[in-house]
Amino acid sequence: MSKKKASQATESNNFFNQHTGKWTTFPMSWLTSTDHKRIGLMYGYSMFFFFGLAALIGLIIKLQKMYPASSGWEIIPPSLYGSFFTLHGVIMIFLFILPGASAVLGNFLLPLQLGAKDVAFPRVNLLSFWLYLGGAILAVVGILLGAADTGWTFTPPYSVTTKTISIFGFSFDSVSWMLVAAFILGWGTILTGINFIVTIHRMRCKGMTLFRMPLFSWTLYATSWIQVLATPVVGITLLMLAIERVMPVGFFDPAKGGDPILYQHLFWIYSHPAVYIMILPTMGLVSEILPTYCQRPIFGYKSIALSSCALAIFGYFIWAHHMFTTGMSDFANAVFSLLTFLVAIPTAIKVFNWSATLYKASISFQPALLFAIAYVFNFMIGGLTGMFLGSLSTSIHLHDTEFIVAHFHYTMFGGAAFGLIAGTLHYFPKMFGRIYSKGSAYAAFVLMFVGFHATYVPMFIMGMNGLPRRYHTYPDIPLFSNMQFASTIGSWILVSGIMLLLFTLVRGILKGEVTTERNPWNSSTLEWQTATPPTLFNFEQDMEVTRDPYDYPAFRLEQKKSKAGGKK
Amino acid sequence: MSSQTTSGAVTEHSEHYDEVGTRLGFWLFLFTELFLFGAFFIVYLVYRTTYLPDFQTASNQLSTVIGTTNTIILLFSSLTVVLAIHYMRKGIKKMALTFLSITILCGLAFLVIKSFEWGGKFDHNLFLQLRGNIEQGLGSPLLTPGSSEMLPMGQVLFFGLYFIMTGTHALHIIIGLIWMSVLWVWIYQGKLKTDRAGILENGGLYWHLVDLIWIYLFPLFYLIA
Repeated sequence: MSKKKASQATESNNFFNQHTGKWTTFPMSWLTSTDHKRIGLMYGYSMFFFFGLAALIGLIIKLQKMYPASSGWEIIPPSLYGSFFTLHGVIMIFLFILPGASAVLGNFLLPLQLGAKDVAFPRVNLLSFWLYLGGAILAVVGILLGAADTGWTFTPPYSVTTKTISIFGFSFDSVSWMLVAAFILGWGTILTGINFIVTIHRMRCKGMTLFRMPLFSWTLYATSWIQVLATPVVGITLLMLAIERVMPVGFFDPAKGGDPILYQHLFWIYSHPAVYIMILPTMGLVSEILPTYCQRPIFGYKSIALSSCALAIFGYFIWAHHMFTTGMSDFANAVFSLLTFLVAIPTAIKVFNWSATLYKASISFQPALLFAIAYVFNFMIGGLTGMFLGSLSTSIHLHDTEFIVAHFHYTMFGGAAFGLIAGTLHYFPKMFGRIYSKGSAYAAFVLMFVGFHATYVPMFIMGMNGLPRRYHTYPDIPLFSNMQFASTIGSWILVSGIMLLLFTLVRGILKGEVTTERNPWNSSTLEWQTATPPTLFNFEQDMEVTRDPYDYPAFRLEQKKSKAGGKK
Repeated sequence: MSSQTTSGAVTEHSEHYDEVGTRLGFWLFLFTELFLFGAFFIVYLVYRTTYLPDFQTASNQLSTVIGTTNTIILLFSSLTVVLAIHYMRKGIKKMALTFLSITILCGLAFLVIKSFEWGGKFDHNLFLQLRGNIEQGLGSPLLTPGSSEMLPMGQVLFFGLYFIMTGTHALHIIIGLIWMSVLWVWIYQGKLKTDRAGILENGGLYWHLVDLIWIYLFPLFYLIA
């Protein structure tokens, strides 16, 4: 197809100007759209907004730690420090990384990758987004007005007894608001999960067998099962906690006969699998990105696909490794520790396969690939330090120290968030029909990568030396004050990288060079066969798949044929 | 929702109907409901083990007669909803509507009996008081900590779980009733035809789930004594 013709076709015809309902003017035409691509983009806009917001709060938290309080340094009053890290945690976890790649890119790409017109239940999909939006507003209003200070885990009895701040004469129960918000957000997640599972089972195009699905779809499949089966448990647990806050029944309050450890069990039964909700889709994104920029089949397609499912299954049986210091029986501790180590196997399978894909390939170092490789590197550090925490003796030493904070950020930020950014950069031309500035994307990468390690490596060292987390200050000894200072400088580099990245994306959306090229990175998977940006029903005709998704030799033959034969 | 062709508005989405897919999605939803109540059951199990004598004493104060009546009503309504689906598939609209009406009446009867039961508890000062009221010294329910006639902790937990779990269940009944009333109107107006009987069937599945949960709630609260 000649470029000119393609550009004419897309100018008149793409999902930016095709509407699904009665509304055709801006805010309502998007807010009531059942088009999976618009819903995906709306998730994307709101999530990256929250990401930037919570990153700035993180910056303030780090600034508070720059000098010890004994030297007279005070950015946040000690009484509000808890509210700040709660705000940072709740926004980052519930509003950004938990819906994460599966809500933004999953919504946008899943039907494209399967050759479908939309997800199975488009209206339910829109409902999911509304639930997300409603929950997000509730959470942000709740925490801004009431300054909850429980941390994102809401662990009782503190979360039952913590006082609420009264504003304008009436007491505002910030914690309950956030619990209800998390419950609502949870329903949004569940409905998305159901939608994706049914889509994958029922909406694949002709020839798209399960083992011809692109790997991102595979990881979405595994993720969706976790979302469906784990979220209800935490939803009802958080609701019980909210009831306990407004009524005097003591489900989890030991003063009234309740058992706070039971809460932790119920909370982590969901919240451990939830880290796989966060990380799995980004593993799929990396598995899309690597073969594209290496122009070769991915190494071990089936083992990557199945190891995603293995992670989803193992993820259920290791929740109590968050609770080694709560006084469970030694036997239970040992079992959970052993199971935790098993998780290393599917993770390692993926990392080795990714490395083998890169080995001796002719690699094109686009910004997306750099983020993807950084993802693998960061995630390995995050995963290996996780082994320290999974083994019983070291876990007791490291429990509740800055080491855990660093470990978590290496997996969730250096891992999941870097992966989401990689995926966003990779699919950016397809989503918007525009090209971002590569130069500033490279600069953002360098800043983020350097700043990331400068921020979190010192926290590993401080945690090893016993510095506890969640305190607004620390003892004034050279090791801690030097490391905290370095970490704070690192956070400045990191946040400037994030801001540059967000600027690059926004500028790309508004002013980037317009493109209608269907397949700018020369990728072999189905989603790149659509117009750029895609039309409302994605494909001009019903698609049929005749080869494996990453069969680059066959893909090159196809390209040669279509060049030689022209358009039929 | 299927407006035909206004300019620029395309509604091919709603024309596409996949009965197997819809049912698959609905079963997944039912699983999430089971997990939701599953968390309640875990909490119940833990405290029943910890406070067994208290739970038995408290359970004695619930009326087995009322519980059994409600169980029979719900089981009967499950039968009638199946019959409604059966006649819907056969295309006999009148019978389908009749049996759907009976189901809705049964659901209402359940709620009425439930409200009398809760009301009886309230008369004996057994109810969940709001914290704000306690701080202001309003009312003297038995479930208030520090009140002179405070129940033992185990019994407070039993009644707490009783109100929350049967309350959540009643909420599900209400949702089911609203749903079936809408379906009733749709069938009556002819909007829902035989080829879409699956939608009614999903409503029936939901009703069965509500039933099934009651089958577990009933022995756990009424019969353990």
